[in-house]
Amino acid sequence: MKFKHESIEINAGLLIILTLVVISIGGLVEIVPLFFINNTVEQVKTADGHDAVRPYTPLELRGRDIYIREGCYLCHSQMIRPFRDEMLRYGHYSLAAESQYDHPFQWGSKRTGPDLARVGGKYSNAWHVAHLTDPRSVVPESIMPIYPWLKKTPLEYSDIRDRMRALKAVGVPYSETDAEYKANVKRFGKKVAEELNILDAEKNLVGQAETGDYDGDPKHLTEMDALVAYLQMLGTMVDFHQYDEGYFAKFR
Amino acid sequence: MAQAIASTEQYNYDIVRRFSIMTLVWAVVGMSAGLYAALELAFPHLNMGIAQITFGRIRPVHTTLVIFGFGGNALFATSYYVVQRTCQTRLWGSALANFTFWGWQAILLLGALSYMWGYSQGREYAEFPWPIDIMIAVVWVAYLLIYVQTLRRRSQPHIYVANWFYLAFILATALLHIFNNLAVPVAMFNMNSYSAFSGVQDAMTQWWYGHNAVGFFLTAAFLGMMYYFVPKQAGRPVYSYRLSIIHFWALIFLYMWAGAHHLHWTALPDWTSTLAATFSIMLLLPSWGGMINGIMTLSGAWEKLRTDPIMLFLITALSFYGMSTFEGPLMALKSVNALSHYTDWTIGHVHSGALGWVAMVTFGSMYHLIPRLYDTKVHSTKLIYVHFWLASIGIVLYITSMWVAGIGQGLLLRAFDDYGNLAYSFIETVSFLHQPYVWRAIGGMFFLSGMLTMVYNMWRTIAAGKREAAELEAKIAAKMARA
Repeated sequence: MKFKHESIEINAGLLIILTLVVISIGGLVEIVPLFFINNTVEQVKTADGHDAVRPYTPLELRGRDIYIREGCYLCHSQMIRPFRDEMLRYGHYSLAAESQYDHPFQWGSKRTGPDLARVGGKYSNAWHVAHLTDPRSVVPESIMPIYPWLKKTPLEYSDIRDRMRALKAVGVPYSETDAEYKANVKRFGKKVAEELNILDAEKNLVGQAETGDYDGDPKHLTEMDALVAYLQMLGTMVDFHQYDEGYFAKFR
Repeated sequence: MAQAIASTEQYNYDIVRRFSIMTLVWAVVGMSAGLYAALELAFPHLNMGIAQITFGRIRPVHTTLVIFGFGGNALFATSYYVVQRTCQTRLWGSALANFTFWGWQAILLLGALSYMWGYSQGREYAEFPWPIDIMIAVVWVAYLLIYVQTLRRRSQPHIYVANWFYLAFILATALLHIFNNLAVPVAMFNMNSYSAFSGVQDAMTQWWYGHNAVGFFLTAAFLGMMYYFVPKQAGRPVYSYRLSIIHFWALIFLYMWAGAHHLHWTALPDWTSTLAATFSIMLLLPSWGGMINGIMTLSGAWEKLRTDPIMLFLITALSFYGMSTFEGPLMALKSVNALSHYTDWTIGHVHSGALGWVAMVTFGSMYHLIPRLYDTKVHSTKLIYVHFWLASIGIVLYITSMWVAGIGQGLLLRAFDDYGNLAYSFIETVSFLHQPYVWRAIGGMFFLSGMLTMVYNMWRTIAAGKREAAELEAKIAAKMARA
């Protein structure tokens, strides 16, 4: 029997089924293997055998939520590409491992401002506070909006456990049981594992804000504390001096 | 009067009228938000320290309202019209169609307000918080049901080609929307959620969605629009039926592979992005197949370009479609992308598609459609010309200024001095952007003012249509009374 396109044109059901088949293939081929090919996300271990990249602490997590709320990703990328100018400007190119706990990813698509993947530690806390409050006070040519409310708004963290539980449900290794905590100690070391404990979330969050003193005002826990804590952590987890040149190229 | 009743019974024009009017409303609101965002980039003081209107919050308002508001309403309107006309049957499910109307408007309004008040999923073009995502899924299923049921009761054996494109758009959008928005809410009564995927997989899923929002929402569906309104306005059949078959299947197959070209040189594995680049190049063929099929439909009636401003809109739209689908594969090449990615070249490219293709084909179709919906003539043909030129000047200013901004910034960022050091700091490239940003905003003003002439023209047209209908009814009533 000779196939005629007409048989599709007169049959709505057939048209729907064939369309669904045709539009499904591309996504299946490109997305599904990313979950199963091991090399997709690099193995990055510290010298003492722990995972170098860890989930966010409760304070950093809240900072990241604010980063998303303000739409920072619309002008700042967090994905350094393997080019000489980017290497000089921002540092080592970004690894897949570095965003493995990012739900959602924040690689961005536009650099109206510079890349932030390794901004952590580049500037002081005080600089970040001044810059976020009024960018033109420290960079006169900047076209970034001012964010004066960050320092005035107390940080809301009553739902921090719910947030961590939601992230746990999608695979971030926050711990709630003793067994999970012990697994984290083995995987990340004791200090990090403690930060990942959901039941200590509020204590850890307040503690980090007090010791870190991110917004320069230890008495008040503000959104600025959380956002600066997040920015100061970005790109600081992997110490690239530990690895031979070319080690990460193997995964590409 | 008897005739009027018959036509309202034969076709559901009410729903098409509503969606058409909201197309114009959201166009004005969405483009205004875009213009304001553009001005904020040129003059950052306009952010004013008001959280709700800062660039980071207003930009998703702009993209959502122009894509899903202006574009979405135009697609609902035209698809409901085209499916009825080409199947020669009334739209299935009047109440359900009204539900899709009110549901869609609520989604747009709630979406825009939630970004302004700080609720966003942080995924481009999919910023809607999870409760609104569920609303979208419900409305979309209703839309699919209406569409398929209407197709099933067609009084024609053949399903006309425009409907294939609309159907593929509805199916693909459902697929993309559901998988890209898989997330776990923080709590039952909490607007926040965290994406089911992370990092590299999340990026791939998002750009599979993002690129196919362009491919299906902004391309396939508008090709459906083109396949009805271009032949109708030209008064000629589609140039090649065979070409429409080939480019339909090729387009919907190839588009789905191209998303990863948004992730060249990132932590996405090279095999994926290479595959995407390859398919992006291939995509040129079906894209141009559609363009050729549309433009050549006018073959033998080219003089209409001199006499008919609606035709001018439609053919210019197809030309921009051809241009931006040439630019797209070019930018999907890894070496070009190394320069263009992260710059305003991308923004310019999107707008040559969105303003040049999507908006222009919509304007042409709406100028054809709205007078027919109200059984009258367009108020002013001259104003259509005015709109056409305002829009065209606006687009040219927009895309050329973004070429300057994007290519310029890309070159500055990769410039080295004689000693191998970076020649420019980042902030120097930001200063460079100021002038192109001002010109872009001026381009936006042209485009928006064109839009406003359309709103005025259509408002007068609709008012005239209503007046004529009322006069006719009064005349008939008077006659009946005399009889």
